[in-house]
Amino acid sequence: MTAETSVAPAPIAPVRDRSARDAVRLRPGWITIAGKELADHLLSIRLYVLLVVLGIAALIPLYFVGEDVRSAASSASGYPAIFLYLFAYAPQGVNFGPLSFTVMAFIAIAAPLLGVAFGFDAVNGERHQGTLPRLLSQPIHRDDVINGKFAGGLLAITIALVVVLALTTGVGMLRLGIIPHADEVIRLLLWLAVTVLYVGLWLAFGMLLSVVIRRAATSALVGFGVWLFVAMPFIGPLLVNLLGTFLASGATSQAEYAGTIQWVARLLPGQVYAEASAALLSPNLTSVSASEIYSAQAQQQIPTLLSFDQSLLLVLPQIVILFALMVACFALAYARFMRQEVRA
Amino acid sequence: MAAPTPSPATQADRRLPKKGRVRQRERIQIPEDAGPIVTRRLSKRYGDLVAVDNLELDVRAGEIFGLLGQNGAGKTTTILMLLGLAEPSAGVARVVGFDPTRDPLEVKRRVGYLPDNVGFYDGMTGRENLRYTAKLNGISGADAEEKIAAVLDQVGMTARADTKVDTYSRGMLQRLGIADALVKDPAVLILDEPTTAIDPIGVVEILDLLRGLVNERGLAVLLSSHLLAQVQSVCDRVGIFAAGKLIGVGTVPELAAQFGEEAARIEVGFEGVESRAYAATSKTLRSIPGVSEVRPPERPGEPFTILAPRDRTTEVREALLATAASAGLRLSSIREIVPSLDDIYRRALHARGLAGVRGAAA
Repeated sequence: MTAETSVAPAPIAPVRDRSARDAVRLRPGWITIAGKELADHLLSIRLYVLLVVLGIAALIPLYFVGEDVRSAASSASGYPAIFLYLFAYAPQGVNFGPLSFTVMAFIAIAAPLLGVAFGFDAVNGERHQGTLPRLLSQPIHRDDVINGKFAGGLLAITIALVVVLALTTGVGMLRLGIIPHADEVIRLLLWLAVTVLYVGLWLAFGMLLSVVIRRAATSALVGFGVWLFVAMPFIGPLLVNLLGTFLASGATSQAEYAGTIQWVARLLPGQVYAEASAALLSPNLTSVSASEIYSAQAQQQIPTLLSFDQSLLLVLPQIVILFALMVACFALAYARFMRQEVRA
Repeated sequence: MAAPTPSPATQADRRLPKKGRVRQRERIQIPEDAGPIVTRRLSKRYGDLVAVDNLELDVRAGEIFGLLGQNGAGKTTTILMLLGLAEPSAGVARVVGFDPTRDPLEVKRRVGYLPDNVGFYDGMTGRENLRYTAKLNGISGADAEEKIAAVLDQVGMTARADTKVDTYSRGMLQRLGIADALVKDPAVLILDEPTTAIDPIGVVEILDLLRGLVNERGLAVLLSSHLLAQVQSVCDRVGIFAAGKLIGVGTVPELAAQFGEEAARIEVGFEGVESRAYAATSKTLRSIPGVSEVRPPERPGEPFTILAPRDRTTEVREALLATAASAGLRLSSIREIVPSLDDIYRRALHARGLAGVRGAAA
């Protein structure tokens, strides 16, 4: 190895004037990242597969319940909020065991997939591709990355759910030949907002997995496993129901028995979401408490209808719980991400 | 329009020190006229493990500084601290006039970084990836397109810029990484292992590219590498890094003088000297004053090697010319051998008693 001469150090260059750029106020980094994430999601195959899944999940019960509503249409004329029957009621004569055969319930099962699918590789995907150090070396704060990804994911979820809701509403209008009233539209929009919140919880959970688990394949497996357990009515809810029955065995009244089972069922966020959507989509539901419903039935109260704001008030606790769970999940992911080493 | 950015000093003054360690950082003064990268007693500990140990680094504007050391010597940790992506346990750094711990955004706005094993978004083209980086740096529209085209051209990636990144070779990713670091028009470029996993021709191209950039843009470059021989030629100065410590800094010849063999080695080639004449020629060479040892060629056609004290090499070379002429030897080449960086590195490790010691942070 030879070197004839050493390279002389170059003269010190003057530091260039950068005041012009400093004066330009930068757009917050998370908005740029959210925009990129949204574009990625909207162009991904994932989204279209999930739209098909959600569309099928919504349209199958819609078809059957539509038949029912049509056949009963003559006697039900003048009955308020008949359009929402499409979403909230199970068709007669179709039995799916523990699975309630309503649009609402089918969406409750399928929609969390959106959250998991958009969240599970948010951070570990960047690590795997080797883009994380490069991204973090740009003039952005570290939390811009996770905030932007959450915002982008939530926006993509909202778009997907709006598409599915618009599709089902449109098909429903065609089948029934009736147009929803303003009150019903507001209820549908409220239900959409709560669904976004619920899927947002799953997105935050997926992102938490992507922060904690280094391999995207593993976090996907865990995410979908939890979905299968929690959101599918066959495993988690069945076990929770069993536990509830056990704990309620000492109940002195039927109402107390039903109440205990419901309280245990609320351990799963799916139950909380189901209560919120049931109240928002059925104006004749005056209570979401199982024990109250039971005693109301026993006393044979006259059915009344709630306005949408009364329904909203009824399930405000549920909505707050969903929001709190989403924030908690995201906060956990955020805290873990901020403490992590940049290197894998 | 935002108010003019306050000077780093006032910004620092506004925040009161909260912890003892911050207060300690306050005491170490770095002069305002220091170079673009300065560290004083910079340290990083992970539990008991010391990844970087009281590092004192000075990189001047317009130079390529090589941070050389084995894997795990603490190079990447140092770089991450310079970018504000890892918090020092003690000590201070000043990069382009800012403390990366306090003002990471100001630093990251002005420093281009090529990470070890750089990656891009597979589903996007090279140009789209750069567009995203430009956007994150607040550059968009025609301004961004112009800059992106310029840097792509500079790294020779224009032809492939509009194909998806997942079709790129390692070397192309590396070039795109350099382009990516240049998009923000940095004052300092920090490259972590820029030549690893690249074929030899690619290495030469990348190093040429770096030299060109420094000459053209006058920016300071800090590059880290464990492939000492590869980067030896391109670095103006190198720092030898082992177990978190900088054990030697300077130009390669300076380090050779510090850590190299005591004697200088001069290779002398003669025309038409047959192997049976080796003994006689060696004897003639040994008679030159100052020459301590002469090694004849091991194979025909190779030069003779002369050892001489380092401070007498000029004298020996002159005498050699005269002796060759008077002895009728036809001199074909004469050159002084600078020891390779690999040699220097090994010797430096031995000199510091660090041979066999490896840091733990990769």
